[in-house]
Amino acid sequence: MTARIFVYIAHKAGVVDDSAAELLAAAKTIDPAETPTAVVVGCGPEFDAVCNTLCASFAKVWKIADPSLAYPNAELVRQALVKVLPQGALVLVPHNHFGIDLAPGLSIKLNAAYVSDVVGIDGVDGTNLKVVRQEFGGQISTHVRCNIASGAVITLRPGAFKAVESAPAAGVAVDKSAEVGALTAKRRYVTTIAPEAADVDITKEAVLVSIGRGIQEQDNISIAQELAEALGAGLSCSRPVVDAKWLPKSRQVGSSGQTVKPKIYLACGISGSFQHLAGIKGNPFIVAINKNSKAPIFQVADVGIVTDMLEFLPELTNKVRETKQVSA
Amino acid sequence: MEILVCARRVPDTSENEIQLNSAGNDIERDDLVYSINEPDNYAVEEALQIVAKSGGNVTVATVGTSEDEEILRREMAMGANHGVLLSDDAFAGSDGKGIATVLKGFVQKGKFDLILTGVQAEDGGAQVGGMLAAMLDYPFASLVDSIEVLDGNKLKVGREIEGGNKEISEIDLPCVLSIQTGINEPRYVGMRGIRQVASLEIPTYGAADLGVDKAAVGEVAAKVKRDDYFVPALGKGAEILEGSNEEIADKLIELMKAKGGLQ
Repeated sequence: MTARIFVYIAHKAGVVDDSAAELLAAAKTIDPAETPTAVVVGCGPEFDAVCNTLCASFAKVWKIADPSLAYPNAELVRQALVKVLPQGALVLVPHNHFGIDLAPGLSIKLNAAYVSDVVGIDGVDGTNLKVVRQEFGGQISTHVRCNIASGAVITLRPGAFKAVESAPAAGVAVDKSAEVGALTAKRRYVTTIAPEAADVDITKEAVLVSIGRGIQEQDNISIAQELAEALGAGLSCSRPVVDAKWLPKSRQVGSSGQTVKPKIYLACGISGSFQHLAGIKGNPFIVAINKNSKAPIFQVADVGIVTDMLEFLPELTNKVRETKQVSA
Repeated sequence: MEILVCARRVPDTSENEIQLNSAGNDIERDDLVYSINEPDNYAVEEALQIVAKSGGNVTVATVGTSEDEEILRREMAMGANHGVLLSDDAFAGSDGKGIATVLKGFVQKGKFDLILTGVQAEDGGAQVGGMLAAMLDYPFASLVDSIEVLDGNKLKVGREIEGGNKEISEIDLPCVLSIQTGINEPRYVGMRGIRQVASLEIPTYGAADLGVDKAAVGEVAAKVKRDDYFVPALGKGAEILEGSNEEIADKLIELMKAKGGLQ
């Protein structure tokens, strides 16, 4: 295969995103013999620092510097990439809020195949790249074939590919800026709004009682609240509870919410989507309570309880209170 | 504003456990409860709220078969003005690009100012909206969790990015937005509402009606194909506590004490 794997590098404030090393590892599973090219866009001194950092891990770095790329607006980034990428390129992009914005349209403009949220790569068979995806919130997986004869844009799930230690690359940055020309967008970045200050800081709690769709009704939240109070724990939740406006966004654990690092995490009626799990760090002791024995949360939990949380939690609350009375 | 919402009917994971069928080539579809893809329902609600303020019409379209009409009726019961089924044997087996190609054909038949999709389907790739926008050369924003109509034919949109942050942009119309759940509170649809639209004729358009080249859609054009489904190999897997709720609670308390979570 001719050299054609490109890795899109995300960066912020002069620091290369963790996804870069994961994408490099993934590129090696597509073709161990190829030297992937890092493609990076931006501008200013922080961008120069990013390019220098990349040269330590990538043998080839293509950089596109332009004032309009100071903030990564997917529409502008797409135009820049379409100008420089060769016919038939395989472009790896992280499957995050930026990749979801960029990658589908990029595949159209490159007339390339698109496969998203890839969690595993089984290799190349003829003109097909064989990958693994998940569906239905991780309840089931699929082997997918993607015809890469005319190139492909592939987004990779953050955390699914382990970064591998490799020898320093002593790479060379090639400035592709002149090939790009003027960029114009029909969508213009205005600002970023930070989350509102929270009533409770769930990131500081040692024990979290966390609730998901299994809570079913707003009135049932008191059941979890009582357990949290009995345990001296915080109350957090997964996305559906915030979508229903039953708890504020500041209580949401996940990639679009808070990153928590408790010692014990009680996941009650939470299925365990990867976006939710991405918000749980520090290897806590995870207890999963869920009616659905197939829920993906049971794959990552230390202890599982297959039962209706609405019946189990009050029982647990009573036992916790009794235990505390005895020890007091 | 004329708004098109692209919607899909999918198995409802809050009502079903998704299992492998005996042949291993699909999920077990007997007895599955289907409903509208959840983010698509938020997209319809958002469209209804925009036209309530700014005037206009909401059209809901889906690429599928006559079975998929039920979600169109449901969204019409919610208040959508029109439901349209895009259906043709040639569409079967389409990948994301094939679906976007069919939708492009429908968009070009009408005059829509704003096109909404849900951010992602349970069995999808968060792809059709972005592809459709690129095919039409419309601007696109994904993961949209707020929309404000501005003067001068543009919108102010918020995108949900990492860590609870919200990215604000201005976007020119016409555009395509993929809608994140939680952007609004979709209204309740009662049985009475559904009955009122039960006998309405749903217009159906095929490849010829839409000017879609049959070679550009369906199985023949798909570059991305599923080989099979499988149940993911378990990690270490949880130790399942067995017994009555009372017995399990006792065991769990001992475990939490050991982990320092209960003093």
